[in-house]
Parts: sequence; structure tokens; C-alpha cells
Amino acid sequence: MTATRNILLAILLALAAWQAVVLLTGVPPFILPGPLRVAKAFAANAPLIAEHAMVTLTEVCLGLILGATLGMATALHLATSPAARALLRPILVFSQAIPVFALAPLLTLWLGYGLWSKVAMAVLIIYFPVTSAFFDGLMRTPQGWLDMAQTMGASQRSILMRVRVPAALPSLGSGLRLAAVYAPIGAVIGEWVGSSRGLGYLMLLANGRSKTDLMFASLITLGCMSVLFFLAVNLLTRRLDFKAEA
Amino acid sequence: MTDAPGVGVSGHATDGGIPLFSNLAVTLGAGQWTCLLGPSGVGKSTVLRLIAGLETHVAFTGEITTTDGLPTAPRVAWMAQQHLLFPWATILENVATGPRLRGAPPDRDRCRALLGEVGLAAHADKHPHELSGGERQRAALARTLMEDRPIILLDEPFSALDARTRSEMQDLAAKLLAGRTVFLVTHDPLEAARLGDRIILMSRSGTSTLPVPTSIPPRRVDDPEMLDTQGRLYRSLMAVT
Ligand SMILES: Nc1ncnc2c1ncn2[C@@H]1O[C@H](COP(=O)(O)OP(=O)(O)OP(=O)(O)O)[C@@H](O)[C@H]1O
Ligand SMILES: [Mg+2]
Repeated sequence: MTATRNILLAILLALAAWQAVVLLTGVPPFILPGPLRVAKAFAANAPLIAEHAMVTLTEVCLGLILGATLGMATALHLATSPAARALLRPILVFSQAIPVFALAPLLTLWLGYGLWSKVAMAVLIIYFPVTSAFFDGLMRTPQGWLDMAQTMGASQRSILMRVRVPAALPSLGSGLRLAAVYAPIGAVIGEWVGSSRGLGYLMLLANGRSKTDLMFASLITLGCMSVLFFLAVNLLTRRLDFKAEA
Repeated sequence: MTDAPGVGVSGHATDGGIPLFSNLAVTLGAGQWTCLLGPSGVGKSTVLRLIAGLETHVAFTGEITTTDGLPTAPRVAWMAQQHLLFPWATILENVATGPRLRGAPPDRDRCRALLGEVGLAAHADKHPHELSGGERQRAALARTLMEDRPIILLDEPFSALDARTRSEMQDLAAKLLAGRTVFLVTHDPLEAARLGDRIILMSRSGTSTLPVPTSIPPRRVDDPEMLDTQGRLYRSLMAVT
């Protein structure tokens, strides 16, 4: 309860500071519109913003589902195959040296201006944190559990599914939470590079037409959406944690 | 359970070319408790792992024999100092770990019966973090019993417990594991004196069998003969280099 109150208080404080800056400096609204102006722009364009927000949200959700699935599959493969570890791991690490954002124009070229180039961008950003978090978890199974399973006559497959995977779920959870933070960034960058829909597109459009208030309204919508998205993923992935003993 | 065999381990081991122990000669009497004492780091857990067929870091030269000629590894249940319960599973599910890992349907009634025997019937649906240290170790004992194996390897399973819980666990284990060939690694002379049908002292240069009290284990904590044995075990343990 106090947490909610503190958050509300912080938001109010930020809005007040924002309004104060606008009033005191007298910046023109096309440089920095006040919160009231932005609120008006939001109200006037609500259906438009909602429509574009839905597009971005779809990209983010699809990106997270696909990226997480690919990441988990890769981690399982790496964890079970020494050959894959020897070959794939250097490639994975090297791929992280390439700034993923630099690939955005290529993705647009290959996948077009539609949804999928943005989903691909989100997938590319999510893939590595999910893979590496889950893989680390799978490789860090306490030796005692593995020994016990062996004396019980468990197969390698059973040890993977019934010991290593459950033991790695909390690590997977932290990877997914990280992915939830990155996914909207990926989608919006994809939209900036080339699109006709989505909040990123709307921001560019508003900016180009000096509708700075609409631009801010879109930006704040994106921020709120990202936070809610993270909270939802956080809530879901917390179920992957198990309680450690005192 | 099939008839418990006697087990013999003899040989020597090197760790990266450096001798760890030599002249090892351990004999586990069929259906008896054998306790292994020895200074820390001498290789007691390693001997246990060899019998269990688990990977070790040493090069072992020697042999592991059984009175019935069958291999030991598929017939052992192994219980360590850590309870090794899965935190994501309930106590009941943890007791059924063996069958679950083998993909066999666990016999729930037997799991519950075993939980009853170790006094955890009321905790079946709790998770390990909701239990005390002693209760967790009892759950681990129930899981070990669920395996119903003739050879039981215990690696200091009670050493993290307080004195009272420890002696209760010793009594419980003695009762529930009767008839099996039990090999107990311990650093506690009292535990060895209470439980051992045979007590072996291990050092780098070899093993020696020490005298045990004449009474039948588990011996009372205030049994004078047992306490006398404890004293002598302490002295022998301190004398080992
Ligand atoms: N996985 C390992 N890798 C390398 N060395 C190890 C490993 N496990 C044990 N050792 C070393 O091998 C020796 C014997 O280990 P072991 O665990 O068998 O001793 P122990 O007699 O059981 O000791 P303690 O009473 O302390 O449990 C020790 O010197 C230890 O440092
Ligand atoms: Mg040890």
C-alpha cells in the first residue's frame, strides 16, 4: 500500500517539476510542452495512440515468445551437446560484439516494412540474454543432485528434464525478465528504421510535424506500456523461482 | 529387497600422480553396519563414491568385490551430509525421487508409509524450506529407504544436526536400515561407537579394524562400554597422521 502511494507521489512530483521547468524557463511548446498540453494531446489522439500502441505491443509479445523459445531451445542444446558447446558458443559470444541495432536496416530490407522485421529485431535482442541465463543455470546444477540421480539409475534425459531443467528455472526467470526490458527497445528501433505503424513510427511522425505534444504522449504511452509489460512478465516468471531454505 | 551382500574394497589411489591412500582394506559384513573413521581429507568420501560407481578425482587401483559376485553400483542407495531434497518439490514428491527419475509410477502409499516411519506424515505436502534441518534429513532418509537397496552408503548424514536430533536419527536409521549392508562414513567417534558392528580407521598408509563394544547397536548413549570405546576411538583418531 505504501509502495503504491510512494509511486504515485513520485509521479506527481515529476509532473510538478516538469511543469515548473516549463513555466520558469518559458520554453516554447514545440521544444518542451508542459504536462497539461501533453495530456490534452493524449486525450485528443487517444484512438490513434491506442491503435499504434497495439501494433507495438503485438511486436513485443511475439518477439518475447519467439526469442524466449529460441533461446531456451539453444540453451538446452548447448547444455546437452559438448559438440554444440565447442562450435556454437564462440559464435554466440562473437555475435554479441556486433551492435544488434546496426542490423535493423538489413532486417527491414529482408523482411519488409511490416510486423516481422520488428519482431525479428526484438528476437535478436532477447535471444542472447535468455540463452545465456538458462544455459548458465543448466550448467550449474549442484553436483550432489547429479550424483544422487546417477545412483538412482536415472537416464541422462531424465536427469536433464527432472533435475537440471527445474534447477535452472530461476535462472531462466531472470533471463526472461531481462528480455522483457529489452523487447520494447528492439521493437521501437525496428519501427524507427522503417515502418508505417507502431508507437515508434508515431513518435517520428509527430516529431516531423513539430507536434511535440503528441510525440511526448506517444513516448509516455510507450514507457507505461513497457513498465506494465515488465511487471506482467515479472509476475509470471516469479512462479519459476523456488524458495531456498533459511 | 534382495539379500544384502558383503562388500570388500581394497587397493590404493593416487590424485594427480600423488598417492592419496594406500593399503586400503575395507570389508563390509553382509547385513551389518560398518563405520569408517579417519582424518579429514584422507579419502573416506572417495571410497564411498568408488563403491557407488560415482566419478572420483582419483586414479584407483584395486578391486571392489561382493560376496555374491554382482556389482555394487546398481544396488546402492547413497545419502550425503547435504539432504539433497529438491526445493521445488514437496516432501512426498521428494521421497518418490528415485521412481520419478526412473520414469516409473511412484508407489504413493509406500511413500506415505515411509514418511510415517520417519515421523513426517504431517509434512508430506510441505516444501523442504518449511522443515527444520533434522526433519529434512529424516525426509532424505525416507527417500533413501524408498530405493529399497541392499547396500546403503552414508556419508556423514547426521553431522550437521544437534546432539539430540543426531542421536534420534541414529536410532531411527539403525531401526529402519536393519538387515542391509550399511557403510557409514563419520567423523564422530561417538556415532561409530554407537552404531558400528565393525569400526575401521583409515589413514593415508592403510586401514585398521578397531575393537567394538560387545552390546548390539544402536547402543545407549550412556552405555559405559560404548563410552569407553568412544574414548579409545578418539585416541586412535588423534594418533593417525
Ligand atoms: N572433486 C575433487 N577434485 C579435486 N580434489 C578433490 C575432490 N574431492 C576431494 N578432493 C581431495 O581429495 C582428498 C580426499 O577427499 P575426500 O572427500 O574423499 O576426503 P574425506 O576423507 O571424505 O574428507 P572429509 O572428512 O573432510 O569429508 C582431499 O584431499 C580432497 O581435497
Ligand atoms: Mg567426506
